[in-house]
Amino acid sequence: MDIVVCIKQVPETTEVKIDPQTKTLVREGIPGIVNPFDMYAIEEGLRLKERYGGKVKVLTMGPPQAEDALREALAMGADEAVLLSDKALAGSDTLATSYALSMAVRKLGYDLVICGKQAVDGDTAQVGPEMAEHLGVPFVAWVRKVEEVSDGKIKVQRLMDDGYEVLEMPLPALITVVKEINEPRLPSLRGKMRARKAQIPVWTVEDIGADPSRVGLEGSPTQVVRVFTPERRAGGEILQGEPEEVADKLVEKLEAMGVI
Amino acid sequence: MARIKVIEEKCTGCGACVDACPFGAIRVEEMAVIDEEKCTLCGACVEACPLGALELEEVVRTGMDTSKYRGVWVFAEQRHGKVSGVAYELLNVGRRLADDLGEKLTAVVFGPIGEDAVRELIYRGADRVLWADDERLAQFHDDTYAGVLAEMAQAERPEIILCGATSIGRSFFPKAAAKLGTGLTADCTGLEIDKERRLLVQTRPAFGGNIMATILTPDHRPQMATVRHKVMKEAPRQEGREGEVVKWSPRPENLASRTTLVEFVEEVEETVNLADADIIVSGGRGLGGPENFALIRELAMLLGGAVGASRAAVDAGWIPYSHQVGQTGRTVSPKLYIACGISGAIQHLVGMQSSDVIVAINKDPEAPIFKVATFGIVGDLFEVVPALIERLKRRKG
Amino acid sequence: MPNYFLTEEQMMIRDLARQIAEEKVKPVRAELDEKEEFPWEIVRILAQADLFRVWVPEEYGGLGGGTLELCLATEELSRACAGVAVTYAGSALGGTPILLFGNEEQKEKYLPPLASGEKLAAFALTEPDAGSDAAAISTTAEKVEGGYVLNGTKQWITNGGEAEIYVVIAMTDKTKGARGASAFIVEKGWEGFGFGKKERKMGIRASATRELIFQDCFVPKENLLGREGMGFIVAMRTFDRTRPGIGAQSVGIAQGALDEALAYAHQRHQFGRPISSFQAIQHMLADMATQIEAARALVYYAARLIDSGEKDISKISAMAKLFASDVAMRVTTDAVQIFGGYGYMREYPVEKMMRDAKITQIYEGTNQIMRNIIAGELIKELASRR
Repeated sequence: MDIVVCIKQVPETTEVKIDPQTKTLVREGIPGIVNPFDMYAIEEGLRLKERYGGKVKVLTMGPPQAEDALREALAMGADEAVLLSDKALAGSDTLATSYALSMAVRKLGYDLVICGKQAVDGDTAQVGPEMAEHLGVPFVAWVRKVEEVSDGKIKVQRLMDDGYEVLEMPLPALITVVKEINEPRLPSLRGKMRARKAQIPVWTVEDIGADPSRVGLEGSPTQVVRVFTPERRAGGEILQGEPEEVADKLVEKLEAMGVI
Repeated sequence: MARIKVIEEKCTGCGACVDACPFGAIRVEEMAVIDEEKCTLCGACVEACPLGALELEEVVRTGMDTSKYRGVWVFAEQRHGKVSGVAYELLNVGRRLADDLGEKLTAVVFGPIGEDAVRELIYRGADRVLWADDERLAQFHDDTYAGVLAEMAQAERPEIILCGATSIGRSFFPKAAAKLGTGLTADCTGLEIDKERRLLVQTRPAFGGNIMATILTPDHRPQMATVRHKVMKEAPRQEGREGEVVKWSPRPENLASRTTLVEFVEEVEETVNLADADIIVSGGRGLGGPENFALIRELAMLLGGAVGASRAAVDAGWIPYSHQVGQTGRTVSPKLYIACGISGAIQHLVGMQSSDVIVAINKDPEAPIFKVATFGIVGDLFEVVPALIERLKRRKG
Repeated sequence: MPNYFLTEEQMMIRDLARQIAEEKVKPVRAELDEKEEFPWEIVRILAQADLFRVWVPEEYGGLGGGTLELCLATEELSRACAGVAVTYAGSALGGTPILLFGNEEQKEKYLPPLASGEKLAAFALTEPDAGSDAAAISTTAEKVEGGYVLNGTKQWITNGGEAEIYVVIAMTDKTKGARGASAFIVEKGWEGFGFGKKERKMGIRASATRELIFQDCFVPKENLLGREGMGFIVAMRTFDRTRPGIGAQSVGIAQGALDEALAYAHQRHQFGRPISSFQAIQHMLADMATQIEAARALVYYAARLIDSGEKDISKISAMAKLFASDVAMRVTTDAVQIFGGYGYMREYPVEKMMRDAKITQIYEGTNQIMRNIIAGELIKELASRR
C-alpha cells in the first residue's frame, strides 16, 4: 500500500509571546516543529506499513526550511520525502494549498492519504477535506482508529461529539487523524543518521503540473486583511488574607453577583 | 506575483514590522527588507507599520460575478433527527447579517426531522427553510452532505453560507467549499457585514489564539464560514413567526455515499458536559498529580458544576482529554469559571475568557490567569480550595 | 552548557536521550520509584531509539561508538531518573566483558541482541561476603566433561532476574586466590540458575537488584570468557572502562537536581521576593553548577582517553567516578536544602535524586576503593620513574 502523509512545519505556538510594549508577536528564534497532529499521521502511516506492507511517503508544502520537518519524518521511518516549494505558492489559502498538495499527491501515487486533523498555527482543519475533493476520493475526518484494510477497502472509527462511528470506504481514500489514534514513536538514531543524509527532491508548481492561476495569492479566494492581538478582559480584584478569610470574601461576592 | 512592497519614501527603518512579522521574514537595512523566501504574505507587517510604508501589492484574482449571489444561508445541523443548538446560534448571527444586507435568511436542513423541527427554525429567525427531506440524508456522510449543499448553492446562489464548527461541519463544509471553488474561513468567532462593499467580515483566532485574523472573500461566492460553537448566543424564539418551507429533491448522484456506516457507538460522558455547564471548576499543572483532581471534583460537585482542565494537566495524563478547556480542547463560556493552579497560557485563555465571572487561584502572582480574572487569589490552592469547600459546605448547611 | 567539541553524531545521541528522558521518563519516574517497578516500557523505547547500540561495534549491530557515547546517553537519562539510567548502563556493564574478552563466536552470539535492546545483560561479581574484597568470592566453577558446574550465590546484581545474559565471576581454582577466578557467560533459564530475593533499596528503585543463585548449573566450555584464571582481570578491565559511566550517571543526577533547584529558587517567593535573589541561595547555586561542570569535564576526558585506545586508564577512570559521585551527593543535598521543607517531601523530585545519588559513591567500587586505586597508581608511577 502506498501511503502519502501530508505534514506541515509550524512554529512552536506555546512559545509565542506578545510583547507588552509593542503588542506584537515575539517570534525571535522560535524553532519550527512538525505540526503535532501530523505526528499522529506519520505514526499511523508507519503502523499501516508495518501491518500491510508498502511505502510511506511524506509531503510538505512550505519554504525551503520546511525540509527539516521532512527529515524528522524520515528519522521516524518514512521511506521517501518530497518538498513542494515554490515562491508562486506563497500566500496560498486552504483552497489553493489543498489544490497544490493534491497535484503533488497525484504525482507521488497513493492508495491512502493521511493528514493530521489540523495544523496548530492556522487551526483550520480544512486542507485534508479539500484535498479529498480535489483528488476525487472518499474521505473520513477525525479518525481515531484504523480497524482494518482489506479487499481494497478501509474501515475506520470516526470520533464524533457524542461517540464514534465505524465507517468503511473503498481505496484510494483520504483520512485525517486525531490524537487518540496512537502514540507517535520517537525517532531512532539510525533513522536520524539516514535522514540526515537523505536527498529530498524539491518540486515546483511546474513540476506538479498545477495551474498557476489556482495557487498562491492569485488562487486564494480568502484574503487576510488584518492581523491583530486579541483584546483581553481587564484584570479584576485580588482577594487577600488567610485562606478562610479569602474563601468567605469570595463566596459573598459570588452570591452578591448571583452566580452561585 | 504578489509581494509585500516597501514604499521607500515612507519607510524610516523603525523596525515595527520586524517585530510584527510572525515568520521572521523582515530585517532592517536602513529600510525594511522583505525576505521573500520566508514571507507568506500574511499582511501582519502592513497592519503594524505606523507610517503606511508597506503594502500588499494587489493581485488580480480570477473571481466570479458576485452580483448574481443574494441572501444568507445557515446550515442547520441535525444529529439523530434532532437539530443541534449550534443551528440556533447560527440563526442568530445569520439574522443580523441578513438584516444588514437587506436579504432573506434561509436555513438549510437535511434529513427527515419532522415538520415541528422545521417550523422551529422559522420561530428562531429563518425566513425560509430549504429542506432536503430524504431518508438517505438522515445519517451524516461527507459525500452526500457536501454534494447536496453544493447542488443547492449552485442553483440558488446565496452570497453567504454559515455552518457550525462542529465535527460534522468542519468535515463536510471544506469539501463543499472546494466543490464550489470558493473560500472558506474556519472557526470564526466574529462575523460582520462591511455594508459599503457588501462583504462578510470574518474574524477568527490563529496561532493558538495569540493573534486574531480578519478575513474576506472578496471575489468569490458564496462566502463560506464555519462558526465556533458557544461563542454566539442562541436566537430568541418567536412562536408563530411565519416563513416559507421549500422542499428540495436532491439529484440521485448526490445521495450516494462512498462511505458506509457500519455502526455508531455512543459514548456518554460521566461528568456534566463542559460546553453546557453553567459552572466549571478547572485544574492545571499546579495540582501536581492526578490524585489531586479529587479536590477539584469535590468543589465542582458542591457547586453543581463540571470539571475542566488545562492542557498541561491533560498532557500529563492526569485527566482525560474530554475535560480540556482551550484552543485545542473545548471553548466554554459558563457563568462562573474557577481556575485552580492554572497559569493561564494563551491557549487556555482563549477557551474560557468569555466566561461571565472568572476566579483564579494560583501561587504565582505573575501568572497570566490573573489578567483575565474577575477575582484573583494569590495563594496555595491546597489551602484555599479546602477552605472554599468548607465555606460552601457551611453555606449549604 | 559547553558543547565539549562533540561530533554531530554524539550530539544526536545526547539530544535523543534527552528527549526520551523528558518525554517518556520524567512523567513516570515518581511512580516507578514509588512502586519499585522495573521500567520495561522505557527499555523498549530506548531499544527502538537504537540507544543500546551506541557502544557496540558496527559488525555486531552497533553504531560503533565507545565510552563517551555511552556516557552521554547515561548522563541524559540520569538527569530524569537514575534508576532507569542504571538499568540502561547495567546492560552495557554486562556486555563490556564480552566485547573486551569474548572470542568471535561469543561476540557474534551475544552482542547483537544487546545492541538491539532485545535482551539485557548483567555483570555478577559481588557476593554476600565479597564486596570490596572481590578476591574473596566463594562461588565455584568446577571443571567437568564439556564445561563447568557453577555453585554459589551472587548478590545485589543490577538487572538481575530481568537480564537474559549474565557474565559471572566464579572460582575455578580456590587455591590461587584472585588468580583462580574465571568469567563465564550464563543465560537466563539454564538449569540450576535461579534468582533469589529482589532487594528493596533506598534509591534507584526502578532498577532491579537481585540475588543470583547457582545450584549445579552446567555452563558449556564455549561460554568460558577469556581463559581460566582471568576472571579477576576481566572484572578489573571491565570496571576501568565502565566507571566513567558511573561518573556520567552522577553528573546527570546532579544536573537534574540543579535544574530543579534553579527553577524552584526562581519561582519560590519569601519575604516578598524570589529566593533566587538572596545571595545565600545564589552562592549555593553557583557552587553546584561549578562542581557539576568540573565533574563533567573529568568524566568526558576519562571517556575520551579510553576511546583513544590508551591502556593506562585505571587511575583516570577511578578519579572520574570518585569525583563525580561525591559531587552528585553534595549537589543533591544542596538541592534539597534550597527546596527547604518541600525538598524533603515526596511530591518534589529532589529527595529522590538525593536518595539516588548515594549509590554512586558505593557501587562499582566504593569511593574508598577508588582512592586506593588512585593512590596505588600514583605510587606505581613514582616507582617507575625512579
